[in-house]
Amino acid sequence: MAGKKRGGTLEKTESRDAWIMMFPAIIVLLVIAVYPILRTVWLSLHEMVLTNPGSGYPFIGLKNYGAIVQDERAITAIVFTLKFTLATVSMELLLGFTAALIMNKAFKGKGLVRAAILIPWAIPTSVSAMMWKFIYNDQYGLFNDVLSRIGVIDKYQAWLSTADGSFMALVITDIWKTAPYMALLILAGLQMVPEELYEAAKIDGANIFQRFLYVTLPTVKTTVLVALLFRTLDAFRVFDLISVMTGGANGTESVSVYAYNHLMKFLDFGYGSAMAVMIFVVVFLISLLYMRALGDQITDL
Amino acid sequence: MREKKSITIVKNILFYAFVIMFIGIIVLPFFWQFMTSIKPLSEIAAIPAKWIPSSVHGQFYVNVFEKHPFAKYLINSFVVATITTFLSILIGASAAYALARLRFKGKKIMLMAILSISMFPTIATLSPIYLLLKELRLLNTYAGLVIPYITFALPLSIWLLTNFFAQLPKGFEEAAAIDGCSRARIFFQIMLPLIKPAIFSVGLIVFINAWNEYIYALTFMTDDLMRTVPVGIALFPSNYELPWGDMAAATVVVTVPLIILVLIFQKKIIAGLTTGGVKE
Repeated sequence: MAGKKRGGTLEKTESRDAWIMMFPAIIVLLVIAVYPILRTVWLSLHEMVLTNPGSGYPFIGLKNYGAIVQDERAITAIVFTLKFTLATVSMELLLGFTAALIMNKAFKGKGLVRAAILIPWAIPTSVSAMMWKFIYNDQYGLFNDVLSRIGVIDKYQAWLSTADGSFMALVITDIWKTAPYMALLILAGLQMVPEELYEAAKIDGANIFQRFLYVTLPTVKTTVLVALLFRTLDAFRVFDLISVMTGGANGTESVSVYAYNHLMKFLDFGYGSAMAVMIFVVVFLISLLYMRALGDQITDL
Repeated sequence: MREKKSITIVKNILFYAFVIMFIGIIVLPFFWQFMTSIKPLSEIAAIPAKWIPSSVHGQFYVNVFEKHPFAKYLINSFVVATITTFLSILIGASAAYALARLRFKGKKIMLMAILSISMFPTIATLSPIYLLLKELRLLNTYAGLVIPYITFALPLSIWLLTNFFAQLPKGFEEAAAIDGCSRARIFFQIMLPLIKPAIFSVGLIVFINAWNEYIYALTFMTDDLMRTVPVGIALFPSNYELPWGDMAAATVVVTVPLIILVLIFQKKIIAGLTTGGVKE
């Protein structure tokens, strides 16, 4: 009897206990994540060039945002970033999904494959960007060497000195780093498709494409959408890869690189913050889009 | 019957050809980097490229530690990533427990808020955190990097741990409560020990994320002796030279421990990586 009563007490304090247990995390996140975002928004409404404190950093409303629309370099950066996001995410999904489908069975050396998949993920992006920069080197890079050996090119190219070459180089490097990771996540999702479902579909006369469409896809939909969500956001925020590999040259300036230059190179905190807020808003919209597709699944516990 | 058998053999050959190609493409850049790091200087610039060096040289490895404060970079990265991981798990575990196993109003909003914070673009918090650290004189200190790292490490820890807590069978708490356990005892003496393997998984992932971070480290650690590995290596090239050999050797030095880590703990890492998105 007494025990039951105690259980009841614990139930009564459940909500209070939950907030107590979350309290430290909430405070920390408010101070180091929510407050900075709000301050960025506030800064974006000011003229604030740190090298010119004489201006008094006046409030100028939405002028910085108006300036983005008229800034050709900003528009170019936005277009480049969207192109980069679309190219990398679609290729990573395609390659990752294909690889996962092929490897979705028990085979010798599966452990080795999984370990190999994790390696590009575990390496700092700046380090892999440097590795690949060396591979694309115009004179003694591996890329030219391999392509000319198999006869794709007859003359060594300076890949990182043209716009198309740089774009391709960045996309390949990004795919190399994250398509395996995508494959890993999708593979984990595929392993939850019950074998009996395939058997039943086979007996019903479904061909391989129908089985993919009606059995495989619905089961891995959530996994794929979550993976896509995070990949899309990462691609849109791309900074390390570009900063190390091309420095934003040849039309490869992403919005993050451009905003960074304004913030930390020109110390223009007003305009740079406006760019940063714009990135934040786009990221927010992208997540909303995916969240709608996901429904409640991601926060259902 | 025999035809069927030979089809299976062909299928198997194709399959393993694919697997080998897959691993080959992943490993090739590392192989190339490793070969570059042990080549004599003259062979780095050989045209056509020399895949296997004619003799093995260790000079680049010596350069890495003598010409650059690389050992210091390693220490900096290690200290910052360790403290970040420790703090975010410490703060994150109790929040994750509440989110996964206690009933309260506003849970969905809290989960959405944490997920949203984990999606904040680094660039959007960069300038205020810079101003804050400058005011507090924390630029070029370990604390000055741990603080911004918590912004991504804490939501990540909470998110992953919440999923792990949610996977534990229901009814533990009720049973414990009937035995007269307090909430604190349930958490510390029953739930935490149960979740230990998951904490290890999450810790590894948070550590690797913190170890690899670039943009905060680039901005808040401007003193060469305070730089972390990813930024330190990226800044090897100077205006006068592109030390490809040194860079290759440095890459090998940071990559090999990570590869070993991944090989040993691959199951743990995968368990952590796949828990957020893959629902059973």
